[in-house]
Amino acid sequence: MRNIWTIAEKEFKSIFHNAIAYVFGVVMFLSLGIYFMILLQYGMQTQTYVPDMRVLLDWVLFPIFFFGVPVLTMRSISDENRTGTLELILTAPVRDVELIIGKWLGIFLFFLCSLALTLLYPILLNFLVEPGIDFSALSAVYIGLILAVGAMTAVGVLISALFKNPIASLLASLGAILLMWIIASPASNTTGFLSDLLKYLSLPEHYYGSFYYGSVSLSSVIFFISLTVFALFLGARVIESRRWK
Amino acid sequence: MIKVENLTKYYGQNCAVKELTFHAEKGEVLGFLGPNGAGKTTTMRILTGYMPPTSGKVTIGGYDVIDQSLEVRRIVGYLPESVPLYPDMRVNEYLRYMGKLHQVDRLDERVAEVIEKVNIADRAHSFISKLSKGMRQRVGLAQALIHDPEVLILDEPTIGLDPAQIIEVRKLIEEIGKEKTVLLSTHILSEAQQICDRVLIINRGQLVAEDTPEALQKRLTGTQKVTVHLAGDPTPATEILRGLADVLRVEINDQNRIVLESSGETDIRPKVIASLTAANLEILEVYAETASLEDIFLQLVQEEETEKQAQPELEAALEAEAHSSQEQSEQGGENHA
Repeated sequence: MRNIWTIAEKEFKSIFHNAIAYVFGVVMFLSLGIYFMILLQYGMQTQTYVPDMRVLLDWVLFPIFFFGVPVLTMRSISDENRTGTLELILTAPVRDVELIIGKWLGIFLFFLCSLALTLLYPILLNFLVEPGIDFSALSAVYIGLILAVGAMTAVGVLISALFKNPIASLLASLGAILLMWIIASPASNTTGFLSDLLKYLSLPEHYYGSFYYGSVSLSSVIFFISLTVFALFLGARVIESRRWK
Repeated sequence: MIKVENLTKYYGQNCAVKELTFHAEKGEVLGFLGPNGAGKTTTMRILTGYMPPTSGKVTIGGYDVIDQSLEVRRIVGYLPESVPLYPDMRVNEYLRYMGKLHQVDRLDERVAEVIEKVNIADRAHSFISKLSKGMRQRVGLAQALIHDPEVLILDEPTIGLDPAQIIEVRKLIEEIGKEKTVLLSTHILSEAQQICDRVLIINRGQLVAEDTPEALQKRLTGTQKVTVHLAGDPTPATEILRGLADVLRVEINDQNRIVLESSGETDIRPKVIASLTAANLEILEVYAETASLEDIFLQLVQEEETEKQAQPELEAALEAEAHSSQEQSEQGGENHA
């Protein structure tokens, strides 16, 4: 168990060792800041419009994580594989599961910290708007975001375990997340078991279906958590299968 | 300490290791000698628990490498050929990380100890990307030692180092080899000769020879070659030397020295010196060449090659015979009819 934390700590620190973390941070806060300003100005002009935090989170944060998750997860196992350090880890008394979970946890914690920093905006907004914003609805949004990011990160780490080349991992993760995004579109106007299945697998259905509107729906929570667990479990299997090659 | 029985490994259709059997005692330094592609790295990866064998049984310290993989990994220290490291970490950071993964107690103490041991204390705070190859090798060795393993497995530990660094690493390995079991692979034969207690020669995944370096030399050198450098014209000396017992050949090489080959039963040098001095010839140098491991190695590998080549020829010859005897009996049958 300690190994998970050791690996997570190292992964978290290594994100800051190169430019990726800083570029991610700059892009995120720059775009949030600009958009926030636009929101406020629009609100001031029209007088009837109350700036809504969710618009900020939706239009800015989701695309950022859409790209950010693959970018940060692409090197997590691909790099270790490429440089040969994976051989060292796999010949240390570390279980394959511990490796995958540790990698995931380190990256997830980074995203958690960035999300925590975005709380700056709701807090600011609270003082600017009368009578203040609805924090309980907002917390549902944040819970949804955290769960979604956790699941996407797990998928990213799984894909990173599949490829030796980090760019391949990047593209495959982008593709996978895109797939999860649009998977329900053929089912938008249909009914029946298959369309229900597709709707259940789709990310926006879960996010917008519940969290966005302030409710924390159990089925969506379970969806994200099981996706995370499933992806990590598969990732451990992939690493195990590498040994047999 | 290490027991390998009938180890076989296939990569798909390709057989990398075939029915390899050997063992290593505690405190032994065992050398793996073989050309590139012989199966040394594959064997080491199986021993370290990185990959499972296709068949065969491997135990280290009594633990089976498949069933008790975690225990095996706890007592084995491994340094792969490519010496993989994290360039964005500092040396002590990296060693602490590997130490934690190996669940080392008294981590800070151990890291300091191991840094001292590989003599890298002055660069302990540098980033690994800034280190030279020799230093990186030492960091890799430190990583292999951090959890004080009973068995050390080193894949080509001196590859790519300059001569001074090679000497350092060899000294280190010799020191470590006094207390621990070391298995190292190399294709530098003099290295195997110097530091290994026993040598395993592997070619194409199979064990070709196994013995101490001295015994291998004795086994495979039939003859002793002696070179004599005389002050004057060597021609009259050749007759004298040809007359000595046990001498097989006497020649004069292009450097005007006499090269003689004896049957090797006894050291011919004293007799050579005595007979030449008795003939009042001035001797400048007399030295014997023992076949180095290089010669033994090439000889063994060549023997195997010729065997392998002979095989299809043998089979073809047998077939031809079978054919001709068949024809004969047919003809005989026809004749009878």
